[in-house]
Amino acid sequence: MQDKIANSLKGHNADYIEIRLEESKATRIIYRGNRLEEIGRISSMGGNVRALVKGGWGFVSFNSVNKLRDKVELAINQAWLVGKETSKFSQSEPLTDVVTVEIEKNPMAVPLASKKKLFDEYNDIILSTPKIQTSNIGYSDSQRKITFASSEGTYIEQAKVDISLRLAAIASEDGQVQQIGLSLGSQGDFSAIEGLQEQVKQMAQRAVGLLSAPQAKGGEYIVVLDPVLAGVFVHEAFGHLSEADHVYENKRLQDIMVLGRKFGDKHLNIVDGAAVPGLRGSYKYDDEGVPASKTYLIREGILESRLHSRETAAIMGEKPTGNARAINYLFPPIVRMTNTYIEPETLSFEDIISDIKEGIYAKDWYGGTTSLEMFTFSAAEAYMIRNGKIAELLRPVVLSGNVFVTLGNIDAIGNDLQMNQGGGCGKREQSPLPVSNGSPHIRIRSCLVGGS
Amino acid sequence: MEDILAQAKKVAEQAEVFQVSSKVTTIHFEANRLKQIQDKESTRTALRLIKGGKVGFAQASGFIEPGMLVEMAVETCQFGMPAKFNFPNPEVYPKIDTFDLQIDAVAIDDMVELGEQLIVKIRQHTSDILCEASISRGVASVHIINSEGGEASYNKSLFSLSFEGVLIKGEDMLFVGDSHSSCHPVLDFRPIAEEVIKQLELAKRNVSISTKPMPVIFTPHGVASSLIAPLVSAFSGKLVFDGASPLKDKLGEQIFDKNFSLWDDSTLPYQVASYPCDDEGVPSQRTPLIDDGVVSHFFYDLQTAALANTQSTGNGGRHGGLPTPSPSSLVIGKGDISFRDMVRDIKEGLVVEFLMGAEQGNILNGDFSGNVLLGYKIENGEMTGRVKDTMVAGNVYQLLKQLEAVGSEARWVEGFLLTPCLYCSSLSVASKAG
Repeated sequence: MQDKIANSLKGHNADYIEIRLEESKATRIIYRGNRLEEIGRISSMGGNVRALVKGGWGFVSFNSVNKLRDKVELAINQAWLVGKETSKFSQSEPLTDVVTVEIEKNPMAVPLASKKKLFDEYNDIILSTPKIQTSNIGYSDSQRKITFASSEGTYIEQAKVDISLRLAAIASEDGQVQQIGLSLGSQGDFSAIEGLQEQVKQMAQRAVGLLSAPQAKGGEYIVVLDPVLAGVFVHEAFGHLSEADHVYENKRLQDIMVLGRKFGDKHLNIVDGAAVPGLRGSYKYDDEGVPASKTYLIREGILESRLHSRETAAIMGEKPTGNARAINYLFPPIVRMTNTYIEPETLSFEDIISDIKEGIYAKDWYGGTTSLEMFTFSAAEAYMIRNGKIAELLRPVVLSGNVFVTLGNIDAIGNDLQMNQGGGCGKREQSPLPVSNGSPHIRIRSCLVGGS
Repeated sequence: MEDILAQAKKVAEQAEVFQVSSKVTTIHFEANRLKQIQDKESTRTALRLIKGGKVGFAQASGFIEPGMLVEMAVETCQFGMPAKFNFPNPEVYPKIDTFDLQIDAVAIDDMVELGEQLIVKIRQHTSDILCEASISRGVASVHIINSEGGEASYNKSLFSLSFEGVLIKGEDMLFVGDSHSSCHPVLDFRPIAEEVIKQLELAKRNVSISTKPMPVIFTPHGVASSLIAPLVSAFSGKLVFDGASPLKDKLGEQIFDKNFSLWDDSTLPYQVASYPCDDEGVPSQRTPLIDDGVVSHFFYDLQTAALANTQSTGNGGRHGGLPTPSPSSLVIGKGDISFRDMVRDIKEGLVVEFLMGAEQGNILNGDFSGNVLLGYKIENGEMTGRVKDTMVAGNVYQLLKQLEAVGSEARWVEGFLLTPCLYCSSLSVASKAG
């Protein structure tokens, strides 16, 4: 196969060509209430060719790898229709590598019956909680082998395993419906989603608690975010803005996002990196064959660098960071985050809340999105803070802000960094991409909260 | 497909093979110029079995040995849910127009020209805007066969034109956009250009707004981004059966304003969400969900309908796994008040054009809350400018219980929703500026 790929890349008139072939196997299990509603096996085989000519791209995706050379030619012809300038694409040393996975407890080796037994147990815990109406459990695992080759002579095979699990407890009373979810994931280790009985029980009880909780009053508050929600905040509020594909052809955004600009106080450090090992966004090479790195987006409050593909790096005259990722062979790689987090400082949780007269403590995530300037993210759980103490439970809140203001409003950073491995990131049509994000507890001086 | 079905019939009581093949060409404009042409060809084959009374499922993208697919599906059967339905074998399907031969006559050059014209037109209005546009042309063919003798197939053509522009002044960003899709080629760029230019005109200056409850008008885009997700979840037969829908015991009751009607319609000619049969071979139909404010029906697939002791409404959709109740095209009935008259009626209020993040709240309960990504302030019957740093929050059941007015003109948004503007008398607005 390696020879076949190499041959189909030879002798073309293009600035750059790459081929990606992918084989995958996946399992999906879905529960709704007491029904195991869906259990399925999915297999996939396909690939794509991407070609660059004079700054224009052609992209062809397919299921059948027959006539690979014809597909290469089609992609090149398309690129010729598009390209009218000069290609800019950062250099990458040709390399050959085979990356395998070593996992403690591979989900492929766990029989379906054992998976079912575990989820039955979690489901029983949720459903046996008084006032719980129903439950949702969605589990999936996937194993992929990706072969990447480029016209520069690079040839890489990478194996990847991913697991994700989302559990939700839905409580209902008097026409009111409230829910709490728990999202987990791992880069293949099934034991990461075992032994959650206590967490699942607490989740179900919290969902019931929400039935009698009041809604927050809309307005501006001092807000304290737990590590999970602060991780979603840093991903939405700043991570997406750091993706250079938003910036590289946008002169005005470049003026705003100029390296060296101050975004926060000197305790604020924000990092993204697939080279940080063992997390869901970790890998050895990105989908353009660039080795992973660890990038300080913000160091001591100052914008230091951003996330790049080879094209955005070359056009902006910066170094590639290995952040070009494609969710699968149906899509070209685009600039994505990997593992994104705020580095820990020294404060304890008590230090952070002790001098807040009235504020909101928002925990755990439900979702988040961004328009670059404005972002919103929602907490699964929230409490009032009164006179330095956690007070009454509130209905889930949606928080919103302006990135240029809000990062500067972070005035306390805790010492308790935690990484959240659940969920996934969506951009353009590519969702959900495995990523992780995290933070210690943080305090935001002023944040807009939607409410009654 | 026949091979897979034949092998599956040997080991299972019933079997169904679903196959969809598609070929789509998309051109992308980035930063005002053509950047990429994509050509995607794909085939997906799914096998559903009933064996030992239980449902098994396997799916493959690309080639797979029939025996392998059958083996994968059989492996899941022992854990699958008990099948409450039989695969359908209807006598006739309605004739629904979903294919326009003209789609093949559209050349890549035509698509490039369409995108260029659109961008030029909008930049003539606002030269500093940075434009992204996508134009997509494709065909899909769906084929379903089952062991009960049922067979259905149809072709669909798809064309879409979408635009998004960003205008940056200092640190202020303005996002504008619109899209059209159809089974016909969409060869006229002007409706999108007009809509985007209207948004740019209305957002020319930023104004502040108070934090308090006030009258709000949702435009068609505003309805799609704020109110639809909770309604879709509440009318899904599955959530109703689970008891997770607030409407579970409200069939036949007046829950919404008497001027508010909503139906699901997969029979509309040349709409991208239309089909002669759903993804499990059940004929398409128009299903009233809200009739003059009365909850009149929920939408179902085969299994959920059987569990709930009712009939499938032809809403079995596949999203990477087994069919599940899924809306096709949703239509909200028109009213009799023009948008202009709604605005004139308001002393201080808000027009919501696009709400960001609304689907992140507790949609099961009907709650929505989001940032007004694009919205305009109304002062003394006039739209006076764009509001920013503003959130709205509410509950669709409270909001739709009593509407001030329903718009007299409707339009398609996002390819699946035909809706007029909706005017509600009071909604909570929170603003940083206020």
